[in-house]
Amino acid sequence: MKKITILLVVTIFLFSGLVVFAANEPPKEGGMLPDIKLSVPNSPEEKTYLGLKGNGSFTIPQIKANVVIIEIFSMYCPYCQKEAPIVNELYNAIEKNPDLKGKIKIIGIGAGNTPFEVDTFKKTYDIPFPLFPDEDFSIHKVCGEVRTPFFIVIKINKKGTHQVIYSELGTIKNAEDFLKLIRKRSGLK
Amino acid sequence: MHKKRIARLILIIGIISIVSFITTDQCLSEMFKDYIYQPGTLKPLDSMPKLKIGDQASDFTLPSISGEKISLNQYLGKKNVVISFVPAAWTPVCSDQWPGYNLVKNIFDKYDAILLGITVDNIPTLYAWTFPMGKLWFPVLSDFWPHGAVAERYGVLRSNGVSERALFVIDKKGIIRYIDVHDINKRPRLEDLVKELEKLK
Repeated sequence: MKKITILLVVTIFLFSGLVVFAANEPPKEGGMLPDIKLSVPNSPEEKTYLGLKGNGSFTIPQIKANVVIIEIFSMYCPYCQKEAPIVNELYNAIEKNPDLKGKIKIIGIGAGNTPFEVDTFKKTYDIPFPLFPDEDFSIHKVCGEVRTPFFIVIKINKKGTHQVIYSELGTIKNAEDFLKLIRKRSGLK
Repeated sequence: MHKKRIARLILIIGIISIVSFITTDQCLSEMFKDYIYQPGTLKPLDSMPKLKIGDQASDFTLPSISGEKISLNQYLGKKNVVISFVPAAWTPVCSDQWPGYNLVKNIFDKYDAILLGITVDNIPTLYAWTFPMGKLWFPVLSDFWPHGAVAERYGVLRSNGVSERALFVIDKKGIIRYIDVHDINKRPRLEDLVKELEKLK
């Protein structure tokens, strides 16, 4: 009898592990981001862009912005390679617009990519915004193991809280249209 | 007694479902969604090494998807050669590995190296599989017939007829300078290959 009890306890424990695994779904619109910690970049330009100081780690809602666009990509993904110029266009459209510059920031997270691989991607496409490696897929895992490219956009409120306003797989298609959509959803004028 | 059996059964089912959940899927690109056969996690290595660093790389001639035949020895004295064996078309990880190499021609150029991609698939399969990757700058070779003969000679043919995920770096004299028979479930880090190419200078 004792053995059966032990076996059942072990089984329940294992099944509860399964539930935790299954719970990792992509962030939902209206919801919040999972707990993601990124390393503060070394480059002073990137630090300034993100409004961060010092070293160590930060969470995405700590970025100095009203809206943060997050692209989950991989250097090895052909669709992400094709997407790179479109996202650069999006960055330029934001930076050129005095109403949006400083308010909407973009970051990329390289799922399964080493720092070297992320850097290679950055150099190849001349990407002006910060990219972060996720070599062990840990961020990718908490984000529901999405396919790439995957875009998540959050709106950061004045009190530091945030909500997801966009969470979708696949290309943003057109930088201007995407920007319009994000302005509408975030209420940013 | 009966209860014990049931409990054991539940335990086994529990373990199996968890293991199947943890299996890695590193083929992330939306491009290959639904097209990739998911074998689950495989035995990391399943072959016996036949070559070692310092050996003369044995010559081979294989057909490529562009129609021409490619021989290893045509690069003797001209180019360093990186051979990338991937297990087979339409399998995880590798469906992403070559698009990555496709992006870094400049790195290969810098070290005066050519890349030869090899699988045990036939030409039409290789053509269909690599087509959505866009124009690949390196030859893609078919080691289909006699089946896996080159993989076999290089000691990377697995017991089920696919090859290991392996990288060989061969210098201009035809000497093997680096061998990475990688865990088939994982993608080799780009920097590890670049470090080896740097050593050739």
